[in-house]
Amino acid sequence: MIRTAWLVAAKDLRIEMRSRVLLWQVVPFGVIALLLCGLALGPAHAGNSSAGPGLYYLVILLVTLLMINRSQGVERRPGTRSSIATLGLDPAGLFLGKSLALAIELWVTGLVLLAGAVLVLHTALHGAIVALPSILVTLAALSAAGTLYGALTAGGEASATLLPVLALPAFAPLLIAGERSFHNALHGGALLGWWVIVVVALVAYVAMGILLYGVLEET
Amino acid sequence: MTNDASPVVALHEAVVIVGGFPLLSGVTLNVERGSLNVVTGANGAGKTSLLRLAAGLDALTSGSGSVVGVDLASGDRRLLRRRVGWLGHEGSFYDDLSVRENLTFAAKALARPLDEIGDAVARVGLSSRIDTTTRKLSAGQRRRLGLAWLLLRRPEIWLLDEPYASLDDEGRTFFDALLGDVVASGATVLVSAHDPLRSDALRPRNIVMAGGRVVGDVS
Repeated sequence: MIRTAWLVAAKDLRIEMRSRVLLWQVVPFGVIALLLCGLALGPAHAGNSSAGPGLYYLVILLVTLLMINRSQGVERRPGTRSSIATLGLDPAGLFLGKSLALAIELWVTGLVLLAGAVLVLHTALHGAIVALPSILVTLAALSAAGTLYGALTAGGEASATLLPVLALPAFAPLLIAGERSFHNALHGGALLGWWVIVVVALVAYVAMGILLYGVLEET
Repeated sequence: MTNDASPVVALHEAVVIVGGFPLLSGVTLNVERGSLNVVTGANGAGKTSLLRLAAGLDALTSGSGSVVGVDLASGDRRLLRRRVGWLGHEGSFYDDLSVRENLTFAAKALARPLDEIGDAVARVGLSSRIDTTTRKLSAGQRRRLGLAWLLLRRPEIWLLDEPYASLDDEGRTFFDALLGDVVASGATVLVSAHDPLRSDALRPRNIVMAGGRVVGDVS
């Protein structure tokens, strides 16, 4: 399982480095979305607003959906799916590998957007640094949940539109806990409770993925 | 497990229904080990569906059958897929990876020695393109990459869907020679094609399909 996970993660990251979809499409989209959020708040309110963490996670949600579709789309090209199926890869390893690659891509994007939030939304740098560990764990949980829901919707003809509808209820607790952690890191408040929610969700989605990914692939 | 005398593919009244549409409507067929078999028929006759069933890519809806000793109704289709070689007519690879990277991924997934990649690529005449991104290959070159993939895998049964599409005369001659070598090595080959093979030397069994059934069988 672990060997398959490393193999699949390395393959996905290599494809990403070659295609540069993350660099030239996803990250610019996220930065523009963040900029629009700053413009919507206006220069007088951006720095003082408590909406910063929420807007940050709103943009994270948008780029996550794009990246899940991209991650699954690589496997669903005509012919590729059938050929890869005949390799008989361990589905649990496949899930872990795709989740790991997606998490690494989301961490890179999340760090760029966090810097963007400091610059555009004038989020306090010290608070952003304090919030960083919770952001990384939240993004890892989003990756695991996203890979699971991506496989669930990828076989359908309307997968790009079906994914947000099905995944948002699953993402909601993660986004709320992540936003609260970020907010409390900026404005003071307890972090532990929100941390527990994110970590439990991460473990739960990884466990579900290991157990269910093979079933989803077959159906 | 199969013994040498038992058919590699044994189907009895095999029916495959996908999305409510019958792709195979009662196929009865035995394929002997080490034989070359060409499945011909018009578009929609069920040629690809027959090969997909034999590859374990589609599930048997009713009837019975086995491929390389794996029961299609109750056996583990993932194990079956590891033992067959599938070459679809759409192309079968990650477009953003090079020839070498695609084959390395397959070799690692199947625990095959990496030093066999060079031999497989040379055998199909792609040595000069080994570091070319798959996206940049012509349709005929992609087909040769597919064959290199199968040479690396050394499956018990080769399932080739429309392999002559996109091949020029030189490519067809090369492909005929390769098929001869594969059969001589003891592997079983099932090829779908619109027309019977042109090569007189190969003398394949010709299976004719129409309406999801076998309607002719000429050895």
